[in-house]
Amino acid sequence: MPGGRKRSWAGESGESVTRNLVLVGVLIALIVIGAITQPELYGNSTWVWTNILSILQLASVVGVVTVGMTFVIIGGGIDLSVGAIVALAGVWCTTLATQSYGAAGMIFTAIVVGVAVGLINGVLISYGRLVPFIATLAMLVSARGLAAAISGKQTQISSNTFINSIASSKLFGVPWLVYILAAVAVAGWILLNRTTFGRRTVAVGGNPEAARLAGINVKRHTMLLYGLSGLCCGIAAIMLTSQATSAQAAMGNLYELDAIAAAIIGGTLLSGGRGTIVGSILGVLIFATITNLFAINGLSTEAQNMVKGGIIVAAVLVQQFRFKSLTRFFARN
Amino acid sequence: MSKINSDLSRRRLLFGGAAVGAGALLTACTSNEAAPTPAQTKAADTTGGGNAAPGTKVTIGFSAPAADHGWIAAITNNAKAQAATFSDVEFKSVEAGADAAAQRAALSTLIGQKPTVIVLLPHDGKELNSFGLEAMAAGIPVVNLDRAFPDARAYRTQIMGDNYGMGVAAADYIITQMKVKGVASPIIGEIAGMDELELTQTRSKGFSDTLAAAGFKVANRRAARFTVDSGQQEASQLLQALPRMDAVWNHDDDQGVGVLAAVNQAGRKEFIMVGGAGSKQAIETIQADNTVLKATVTYSPSMASSAISLARLIGQKKGMADLVELQVPKEIVLASETITKENASSYIQLGF
Repeated sequence: MPGGRKRSWAGESGESVTRNLVLVGVLIALIVIGAITQPELYGNSTWVWTNILSILQLASVVGVVTVGMTFVIIGGGIDLSVGAIVALAGVWCTTLATQSYGAAGMIFTAIVVGVAVGLINGVLISYGRLVPFIATLAMLVSARGLAAAISGKQTQISSNTFINSIASSKLFGVPWLVYILAAVAVAGWILLNRTTFGRRTVAVGGNPEAARLAGINVKRHTMLLYGLSGLCCGIAAIMLTSQATSAQAAMGNLYELDAIAAAIIGGTLLSGGRGTIVGSILGVLIFATITNLFAINGLSTEAQNMVKGGIIVAAVLVQQFRFKSLTRFFARN
Repeated sequence: MSKINSDLSRRRLLFGGAAVGAGALLTACTSNEAAPTPAQTKAADTTGGGNAAPGTKVTIGFSAPAADHGWIAAITNNAKAQAATFSDVEFKSVEAGADAAAQRAALSTLIGQKPTVIVLLPHDGKELNSFGLEAMAAGIPVVNLDRAFPDARAYRTQIMGDNYGMGVAAADYIITQMKVKGVASPIIGEIAGMDELELTQTRSKGFSDTLAAAGFKVANRRAARFTVDSGQQEASQLLQALPRMDAVWNHDDDQGVGVLAAVNQAGRKEFIMVGGAGSKQAIETIQADNTVLKATVTYSPSMASSAISLARLIGQKKGMADLVELQVPKEIVLASETITKENASSYIQLGF
């Protein structure tokens, strides 16, 4: 794909706006399908409002993880350990010892654990020269193992009323989790589009050698990207612990796949160098809406997973198609 | 008894639970109604024809999946605790690994060590059936726990929870409550466990069959993954799908923590909820009676303790003292009992 690299940063965002509009269209189509299949439920405006909130809440935890994942993938890597980091951070912050320090202690612990594990991934990949796939796969296994060891394989109930109330409390009728997702997404958007860090991320993912020659410390930057992903996992762990009012070594199961899939549907290039936060969030919302659509129609989770798989394939096919025509275009000129 | 009561440490509690479990099994495995009484503990402990008295030395090999789920953790803990109560039992545990193949590999090394009896909870009974045949052929009796071997030659004794019975018990409780409340056509939800497991399907079948007999049906069913976060997620979606609900059955108390969280977050309380398995947390919640959770149907991990006791008897070539038979029976299916506020105090020590 020689032509792919030529496009300017501004050009990228122009193209991604179109792609995101398509995703919004898909989202609207899903909602319309919901309204057609369940006219009775959709006829009740109170229900529609709570359903929108329910979808947003469903998307919130994975959404936060996806923001971190988007950075890692744009930077040319992949993080398979996000689900395990969420579990480890959640389990660590709900141990009795941590809980005795109160909500602040729990939040601090979850974030420190998340960032620390993320940075370990980063160091292994940048300085240890491990392939991201292998390093984070190893972390997936060992972080869950550690989480199981710490929790004694038991469900650790959170007795902290503040932590437990994050998921149930609302501000202006909107649950706090939704605000947290919005805050992380906005912060991620600014970081990616309006800072040097963001430009460097795109550069490192697009062409690490060129980035190095341009004076970017590629190793340090890559390490920081995994730390950022870990930070998002720490935040997600608190959100998930609050939602479930407990933590367990098995929680956050398969979040890595959900986050990667959402990022890809949102237009993030798996080989790095391109992607948007808005697209990723739309990807997460599409998945959450599908889950909701299947639930309100009483359809099975197997069918739902098959549809999800189909959507991922379709999204990637569309991307490839676009690239083929682009390559042809550049070959001709 | 006094020894058990004198020490409330975790291990003693487990032992207590195990002893009650064994007692319940020995004396009440045919009864579906009677709540365990202290007499049942006593039966397991001292009386019963001197079965508890030290006998021939028995080496028990044990293997259960290294899952991160409370129920499986309790299975391993119970087995260990029960083995520790016998001075004539040597307990050799091997980790089962991540899947059936890994468990088979671990078990082959166990056969090499020639234990007297092997107790195992297979990842999947069908997949480990051939291992059972192999061990039995090598002269090592196999006590299979919970996940049935299809081949009767693959095991000496099978002790299992009653998955179909769980569904029946949950449906029975809901049907009774709906009649008490005078709800003619109730809206019933179901939050199942992992759908790819046969036991989940069996539970659901028992539930829907029993409901159908009463003219009721499940309005919406979601499958979670035995974890709290999946329970919370599926429940929040189920609540959206059913803006009004009369009853819901959640298959597993571990994921039930998440289900209850979702119920609280949605501010819903117009329905009753029935749990499954009988975790300590769930029994305490039922006792406190301040949530929608009004009952849970048992699927007790005390079956692991019973399995160890039976394995020991098989190793010593003894029978179960309360039965007339000279040998331990081939198959035992635990009864699924219903724990409510009324009888919760007798079950709390069985909670895991």
